[in-house]
Amino acid sequence: MTSWPILSLVTFLPLVGALFCLIVNGPKEAVERNCRSVALVTSIVTFLISLLLWARFDATKAGFQFEEKMDWVPALGIGYHMGIDGISLFFVLLSTLLTPICILASWESVHVRVKEYMVAFLVLETFMVGMFCALDLALFYVFFEGVLIPMFLIIGVWGGPRRVYAAFKFFLYTLLGSVLMLLAIIAIYWQLGTSDLVVAMERLQLPFQWQCYLWLAFFASFAVKVPMWPVHTWLPDAHVEAPTAGSVILAGVLLKMGGYGFLRLSIPLLPEASQYFAPLIFGLSIVAVIYTSLVALVQEDMKKLIAYSSVAHMGFVTIGAFVLNIQGVQGSLFQMLSHGIVSAALFLCVGVVYDRMHTREIAAYGGLVHRMPRYAFTFMIFTLASVGLPGLSGFVGEFLVLVGAFKANTWVATLAATGLILGAAYALWLYRKIIFGELTKDSLKGILDMNRREIAVFLPLLLLSLWMGVYPASFLDPMAASVDKLVGDYQAAIKLARTAALP
Amino acid sequence: MVVGLESWTLARPELFLAAVTALLLIYGVVRGEASTAFVSVSTSLALLVTAVLLFMPYREGTAFASLFIVDRLTTTMKALVLVGAAITVLMSRTYFEDVKAWRFEYPLLVALATLGMMLMISANDLMALYVGLELQSLALYVVAAFQRDSVRSTEAGVKYFVLGSVASGMLLFGASLIYGFCGGTAFVEISKALIDGKGAEVGTVIGLVFVVAGLAFKVSAVPFHMWTPDVYEGAPTPVTALFAVAPKIAAMSLLVSVLMGPFKPLFAQWQQIIVVASVLSMALGAFAALRQQNIKRLMAYSSIGNVGYILLGLASGSEKGIQAVVFYLAIYLVMTLGVFATILLMKRRGVMVEGVNDLAGLARSQPMMAFALLLFMFSLAGIPPLAGFWGKLYIFIAAVEAKLYWPAVLGVLASVVASYYYLRIVKVMYFDEPGEALDQPVFGVNRVVAFAAAVIVAVFSLAPQPLSLVAAAAAKGLFP
Repeated sequence: MTSWPILSLVTFLPLVGALFCLIVNGPKEAVERNCRSVALVTSIVTFLISLLLWARFDATKAGFQFEEKMDWVPALGIGYHMGIDGISLFFVLLSTLLTPICILASWESVHVRVKEYMVAFLVLETFMVGMFCALDLALFYVFFEGVLIPMFLIIGVWGGPRRVYAAFKFFLYTLLGSVLMLLAIIAIYWQLGTSDLVVAMERLQLPFQWQCYLWLAFFASFAVKVPMWPVHTWLPDAHVEAPTAGSVILAGVLLKMGGYGFLRLSIPLLPEASQYFAPLIFGLSIVAVIYTSLVALVQEDMKKLIAYSSVAHMGFVTIGAFVLNIQGVQGSLFQMLSHGIVSAALFLCVGVVYDRMHTREIAAYGGLVHRMPRYAFTFMIFTLASVGLPGLSGFVGEFLVLVGAFKANTWVATLAATGLILGAAYALWLYRKIIFGELTKDSLKGILDMNRREIAVFLPLLLLSLWMGVYPASFLDPMAASVDKLVGDYQAAIKLARTAALP
Repeated sequence: MVVGLESWTLARPELFLAAVTALLLIYGVVRGEASTAFVSVSTSLALLVTAVLLFMPYREGTAFASLFIVDRLTTTMKALVLVGAAITVLMSRTYFEDVKAWRFEYPLLVALATLGMMLMISANDLMALYVGLELQSLALYVVAAFQRDSVRSTEAGVKYFVLGSVASGMLLFGASLIYGFCGGTAFVEISKALIDGKGAEVGTVIGLVFVVAGLAFKVSAVPFHMWTPDVYEGAPTPVTALFAVAPKIAAMSLLVSVLMGPFKPLFAQWQQIIVVASVLSMALGAFAALRQQNIKRLMAYSSIGNVGYILLGLASGSEKGIQAVVFYLAIYLVMTLGVFATILLMKRRGVMVEGVNDLAGLARSQPMMAFALLLFMFSLAGIPPLAGFWGKLYIFIAAVEAKLYWPAVLGVLASVVASYYYLRIVKVMYFDEPGEALDQPVFGVNRVVAFAAAVIVAVFSLAPQPLSLVAAAAAKGLFP
């Protein structure tokens, strides 16, 4: 059974669902119902198959598993090479998990152009999964950029009042970063004569100066995606205008592409430049952690607040990735997963009340606990997870990052730690404003608690968040071998460069 | 070899096309307007048959005392030109019927222009080059003004004629300088003179600059692009479609075979010119289109930008670069035909409209057409995984390998700017509230072309390999 192309199946199964949706025809009602069901079933099946990956994953191996390799465009030396290791495994799962949740979450809130909506989400899933599995630089780029097309449409067609502005800003910002990465990829391809990533990891030897150029080109792309301060400004706009499910995918998966890119490409391919530029990353990340946390404190729009908190949380991710010790990198990965779950859930929480009241203004709410106890409980768990309460997912990642950072640089750790305090401040403030207090507003008096569908949306995320907080080893163990290899290779490369530099 | 008629059969496709055109012309004159439909369809068929003749049987060599050359590159380019011309002839019927200019001369003029293009692609001598170029230009001047009771169309024709004549004059002047300094008009002689060092003088370089300028006009590269937006906007839409593909491919092919052929020894000199023209074209194509409201004008700037990318491939001067040029041209042909087929379908209450905003809400009234246009736009913007991305990737690979780093960086940045206006069309179709709906298109050639182009773009997106093999084979012709 080893020859079964399970990664391609996970990647392209959603496309089959999308094709089904496209050919569905008939009266409008029926089409919408069928498209929803087809999309949900496809994405759930995809998720179940992706669970197989986890089950069959060999945690003791550091290299790539489930590899598939074929020629694609041999004239350009581009192959179709897929495979996952401990670093990418959980991102694949995260993508396949969040897609059905998004589809379920938009079951009732989306009623215009349902067919196109479902097609866009399924296509998006293909690109996301493909990006995390791609082991060929050109293939990686294709998926990385391809994501922009469905996301542009999702924001622009189903978004809020300023959706056109947000969609364009999102698209052009990310494209601008990415095209520079394309040139870097071409430069690597030119060096090696192939765009295969595994070959590049083994063989790429570049002079320091070139490493720096290429690193900056990759940085332009990934920093925008993460997003790092000061190129984060597209994120609040995109989040606020995107439909709920769009925000979920954006926060849950798309932001991770940047962090993943650093770990998958920048560090292994350009170790010396990574070391050289690490202080830059630290500086920008600390600014992100502190500054955007402060900005989050004064937001009046719930989604905007969570969007800024995302920037702050992703600051931990980049710090962790570039302290380049085992704790740091593991923490960085774990923080990404946790943020993927938690911020996705928080956006869904906003979606729940938005669907009922059609406003995201914090001031429009208050005292919801009296009418919506189940909602209050759910929201609380995720708020606390976001704050980093021990026992929930957010804690593990932040703790590991801080441990790693402390080993590398005390100041970085100290400054980053202030982000935890500020994070607690804005998250709890948001929670208090919305949930606690007297229920005085007339408009809220008739609000209903979560229905069964909504519970079904939140339950998996809630359990997962608890699981990750209570027993993180199930997630950290499969990562360990690959992270060891990443850090080991990096240190070996640095050592080699040092000895080479000695007279 | 003196008479040069030994291998005249190499020009079989051209002779066939010329003969058929002459016969159809006589038929048209005898039968009058009634013959238009027949002449039009026959011309398209003749063009396609000519394309088949190129390959059956395929032979290489030179003919007519080495005035005429056939190799993989010329054959591929001719095939692209013929397909482009044949399809645009088919696409034009409804348009000309609507404006009451449906006359049999139109397809025949296109056929003659195509014949000129084939001659210039196959030119192996400055004289042959000029004759071919003028044959295509003269026919195209008339075609641009074909809707003769429309002020815009006649203005476009006159503009094209005046500026085109200037360009031809420059080219001729350059050719005469080259002849003077190299002692011959045949490409072989020029090449030999340059390699010997005999002709490598300032005069030759000046002549080369004039020739390049004349050809740059034909491909509408900056700074010789001024005619493009006006002519594209003014000419009847099917003619614009023709202009956007066939003459451009032919002139680009000519530019490649002139620069990579006899003037290869002067690579260092012409590379600078081409790089500058390329970067300026990419930049102008990107920035000037940002605020265009007329979709034909927008496509004019888009084509200027695309020419910039193609020139970057040429500027790399490598085999990969020429492959990239062929590859890009083929994809460009498909995308452009698709876009113009959709533009030709834009009608409101029976009248053609061409504003970008007329597309508002198209995604709801005509989802299929909107989706096809969406594919073309993302593809033109070079967003992976669509076909246009592979074209750009090919070009940039060639550019980086030739160490043209800065032009490559500027090129990708220009592509980001350009993506804005392609996205704007998507935005108008998908995000905006529908205005007054466009007419539901009737089933016809244009729908078929748009659909076929969308399918081909999709196929190229997923499987670019076959096309890259064709491009590789074509480029072999220049690098034996």
